[in-house]
Amino acid sequence: MFDLDLWREIFQSINKNRTRSILSGFTVTFAILLFTILFGIANGLKNTFKEAFADDAANAIFVRSGRTTKAHKGLQAGRRIQFKNEDFDYMIDEFDEKIEFITARIYKNVSAIYRNEHNTYNLRAVHPDHQYLERTIMKEGRYINQNDLNNKTKVVVIGRLVAKDLFIKEDPIGKYLNLNGIQYKVVGVFKDEGNDNEERLIYMPVTTAQQIYGNNDYIDQINLTYQPEMNFDQAIRFGNDITRKLKNRFSVANSDQRAIRVFNMASQTQGVSKMNAVLGIIILIIGLGTLIAGIVGISNIMIFIVKERTKEIGIRKSLGATPGSIVSIILIESIIITTVAGYLGLLIGVGVLEWIGPSLKDYFITDPAVKPSIIITATLTLIGAGALAGYLPAKKASNIKPIVALRND
Amino acid sequence: MLEIKELHKSYPIGDSSLHVLKGINLSVKEGEMVAIMGSSGSGKSTLLNIIGMLDEADSGSYVLDGIPIKNLTEKKAALYRNRFLGFIFQSFNLINYKNALENVALPLYYQGVKRKERQEQAMFYLEKVGLADWAHHLPKELSGGQNQRVAIARALAANPKLLLADEPTGALDTHTSYDLMAFIQELNDEGKTILMVTHEEDIANMCKRIVKLRDGIIMEDKLVELDSRITCLI
Repeated sequence: MFDLDLWREIFQSINKNRTRSILSGFTVTFAILLFTILFGIANGLKNTFKEAFADDAANAIFVRSGRTTKAHKGLQAGRRIQFKNEDFDYMIDEFDEKIEFITARIYKNVSAIYRNEHNTYNLRAVHPDHQYLERTIMKEGRYINQNDLNNKTKVVVIGRLVAKDLFIKEDPIGKYLNLNGIQYKVVGVFKDEGNDNEERLIYMPVTTAQQIYGNNDYIDQINLTYQPEMNFDQAIRFGNDITRKLKNRFSVANSDQRAIRVFNMASQTQGVSKMNAVLGIIILIIGLGTLIAGIVGISNIMIFIVKERTKEIGIRKSLGATPGSIVSIILIESIIITTVAGYLGLLIGVGVLEWIGPSLKDYFITDPAVKPSIIITATLTLIGAGALAGYLPAKKASNIKPIVALRND
Repeated sequence: MLEIKELHKSYPIGDSSLHVLKGINLSVKEGEMVAIMGSSGSGKSTLLNIIGMLDEADSGSYVLDGIPIKNLTEKKAALYRNRFLGFIFQSFNLINYKNALENVALPLYYQGVKRKERQEQAMFYLEKVGLADWAHHLPKELSGGQNQRVAIARALAANPKLLLADEPTGALDTHTSYDLMAFIQELNDEGKTILMVTHEEDIANMCKRIVKLRDGIIMEDKLVELDSRITCLI
């Protein structure tokens, strides 16, 4: 039930004891402010870290081939290993349930001409899955699809900077681009969050490239990602599995490091995830530290407030206040103050982060921010701590004999 | 009105205990004005606190207006204090951030009286103590005598059966003391039962009956003769 008189009593007490209210509020505001800013900066560090490694999928495995360095099974050293379509299909057959996405890659260098503009670019002939592997973001049009593969269509998807170089202000979609003398229809423009080179690429269907450049079924590289559920150990084992099976398939010595090269991102990202874990622990310590400092602060103040109000409690009791009414008046007052103060700290903290956030990019801090749910939890924790810290002495004070409380000068 | 029989009270002091009240028998009728006298340590304040339900006796019986006061829960004690008793303290004990009117209205707040009615009644009692013009002043803006009048108005606000005063003039100068006592006498003349603790002979002589305590027992219980009773007609 809403008791207007009770609230009037409480607001009068807050208003008339302004120093006390502001002092206890300040503790909470400051604790939440510190919490938000420190937590936000730590999160910003984490974001920087994430961004630096976010371009390629973290669960990627790249398979390349080279020349053998060792004689094996009666075969000479120096033999060139060449992947073909059948090897790509073999990978799918062999590891199907462990693979998330898989694509072949053929590298070419092309000179591209559109009207009066020309330039040379790296070309990659790929499967449709390549889009997800490389985290390519389509800006316009579409990516290579299965239909292109089946029909060996002469289509290309070009990077944002290719479009800018050659088409200048024209819309490239549907236009024909001349690559080494052959016309290809531009079906899509992409962007990439990596560096500029990633946006100076041209993609075409792998089958088209095989037909046009040599009429063979050669593949330069196979890229795949494993299922994200796999943990670090499983991922490493999977990479080793691929190496072993391919070496076997191509009759390469186990100790031959060059003929079959499997590059597993898992072994790379291990360092990153360790760093991330350490950062996580630091964030946790910072968060808990400021929170504990805040809890101690508000607890001290609550104990002091109850002490200060002992006489008032005695007076109220002698006039007929029940212990329950004494406890509730003190608790509600402290909860109101901590809630308002906590909210204020939250606003200031978020404001400061917004304000200084962009200028911190040079110090490896990206987008420093804290999830509102975390700050609200922190504020609630402080309110709870304040209430608990106030409850015990308030309960005690409400139970002392009024005559003792009144004697307390 | 008030019946006390064989009241004992002791306080623990370290391992031993201090026997403060050693069998008090006291009966106060409605409309009486009783001064409880005694040197410090005689147990007079303890007696007042027990009567005021601020403290509890170890043994003996205490009946207030036909209701036995024994083994009260805090809640019940709060209710009885609110309905039956009005307190006047030596150090006034006003809430310093509330103005005179709000202080007087506080017992009514705990009675659950509505705000508007509370303020009307509080104003009525402030007028009665002659401080209507000071209703919106804080205690620190009032003199000692004025503060004690506010405290009396507050004690009266709940319309208690019994007024308990603990050294009401202890913090006031003689002139103000007499002023105040005259007012308390007036209240008594209107029919209020008053019990006060004092160690000042002249103040006690303004009451109708003097109970002298020494070492926890009543040494003397006499009526003040009318001709020796000091009436302050100022």
